[in-house]
Amino acid sequence: MTKTMSNRTWAELKPSRRITIPEGLWLRCPQCAQMIYRRQMEANLHVCPECEHHFRISAAERIAQLADPGTFERLFAGLRSNDPLNFRDLKSYEDRLVSEQERTGQDDAVLAGRSFVKGRPAMLCCLDLTFMMGSMGCVVGETITRTIEQAESEKLPLIIVSCSGGARMQESGLSLMQMAKTSAALARFDDAGGLFISVLTDPTTGGVTASFAMLGDVIIAEPKALVGFAGPRVIRQTIRQDLPEGFQRSEFLQSSGIVDRVVRRHDLRSEIARLIDYAGG
Amino acid sequence: MPSFYQLDFERPLRDLEARMATSVADATEVPALGGLTESVAGEVQYGASLEAEREKLLTELYGRLSPWDTVRVARHPDRPQTRDYIAAMCRDFCELHGDRRYGDDPAIVTGFGRIGSRKCLIVGHQKGKTTQEKIACHFGCAHPEGYRKALAKMKLAEKFGVPIVTLVDTPGAYPGIGAEQRGQAEAIAVNLREMSRLRTPIVSVVIGEGGSGGALGIAVADRVAMLRFSWYSVISPEGCAAILWKQANEQTNNAAAKALHLTAQNNLDNGLIDSIIEEPPGAAHRDTQSTARSVQAWVEDQLNDLVARPTDELIEQRYQRFRNMGSYEERVQSDMTSAGDELN
Repeated sequence: MTKTMSNRTWAELKPSRRITIPEGLWLRCPQCAQMIYRRQMEANLHVCPECEHHFRISAAERIAQLADPGTFERLFAGLRSNDPLNFRDLKSYEDRLVSEQERTGQDDAVLAGRSFVKGRPAMLCCLDLTFMMGSMGCVVGETITRTIEQAESEKLPLIIVSCSGGARMQESGLSLMQMAKTSAALARFDDAGGLFISVLTDPTTGGVTASFAMLGDVIIAEPKALVGFAGPRVIRQTIRQDLPEGFQRSEFLQSSGIVDRVVRRHDLRSEIARLIDYAGG
Repeated sequence: MPSFYQLDFERPLRDLEARMATSVADATEVPALGGLTESVAGEVQYGASLEAEREKLLTELYGRLSPWDTVRVARHPDRPQTRDYIAAMCRDFCELHGDRRYGDDPAIVTGFGRIGSRKCLIVGHQKGKTTQEKIACHFGCAHPEGYRKALAKMKLAEKFGVPIVTLVDTPGAYPGIGAEQRGQAEAIAVNLREMSRLRTPIVSVVIGEGGSGGALGIAVADRVAMLRFSWYSVISPEGCAAILWKQANEQTNNAAAKALHLTAQNNLDNGLIDSIIEEPPGAAHRDTQSTARSVQAWVEDQLNDLVARPTDELIEQRYQRFRNMGSYEERVQSDMTSAGDELN
């Protein structure tokens, strides 16, 4: 199988601005409260060197970590939301989109393309938490569906890294239908015998969890990632009692039988490669 | 119709009904010996004109409902529910319980039944009528076992070539500890995937509330209709208002309901549903039987059409139906390098 290699290097793939983490040379880890040196944390795959807290990262950063350097070849980049419902809350959706696009330099909350993971060709799709909480509107739904279809036609393993607040409210029913659309595409991918590895990262909730993210042949989660259907706040309001410690975290889901493996970020590439060797060959 | 649940936009109607009540009371006070006296005839005529006026007022009031009022009509406690439709539409309903894994969720009713002359599998959300039933059904919010029960019975229908009719009426899937622990998201996701490839016709009617993933979890169908005064959206207006407007009150709920495009007409315009089923004057809660007849007629029409199609074609069309949903613009990519540059 010949793959056209992009001439871009790993370093080039790194985002110009990392908005998930406060600026500054030093920062305080939200988990262990230690002051940590930013450069050291970044070199450590955005994991706290003291307590292994996994910081949230952008899709570009994720791709830089997972794909072999220089191999990521982006696909379906021309899609952009057209604000189909002319949605307006306190601010118009159009304004929100424009300001998010300016801030992140991305058109929407997803990056997809061909790449190699430890030398194994795969379709890789990452949601981007930095863009409107990684919410799934029509652009995200369409990109994911095309990625699935592309993986099917090229007979490649499919890796989707999820992190999302759920379906995007500003596209209402149209967002909702992306759940059915992506799931239906996965049914065909499944019929064709494709391998789908779903990677859940902090946080994955709502309509994203309740569609493609939970349909992996293998479901992997990063440590302590919040993964669920309803958010903890909604559950607390509904049942009017405190939630158990560690509820809806990866380890809880693994012990509940919902997630196959909790995998540290440092091991993610090799775990994916191993699974491709077992199931995708 | 006396009810504790009163919709404020119905105030003119209640005034009118109060006038009707007094006119009836006046009429009965006149002794009606030896035929109708002048005044009684007049009262009867007056009564008839009030009746006509009421009909007109109902049509008018319900003709210009705001989206938020539509949501409130969809939640009317007297609105017919799945079991009411089953009683009205089906002969010989044979309920099947349980998901064979964990339990039997009363928030989703499943079973075989005959609609007209056709054997069907019915799947529908049930909110409950009495307080006890409402609590058991979690007000129509299903648990994972409910979605798994629905899928298990739908697979049964697939095996025996029986078409599936689903009735959607839920504020959303249940948010709770047990539900999360047992994989609420997984249960819904699997239903979405499996319904897209079930080899038997599926038709869906949103009869009340179509709340997000919990509704879609039994609504991946070949044809989808909504009753005129039902709603279907990615989130409830209150949920949306609380997040985007930072607070849920009468005003923000109104604004959110409008912004979400959740009415039957909105969903038809956006291509998410195929038809709207009209309700009797003053909505379904005033006449269950006639609403059920309309739903039945639509279901029979669609199934007559769908069962005649080859299965492969049916599955392909169902796939394309959802595949084509969505709206976005696409710029032409000149080459990969320029597209890749956006990453920096």
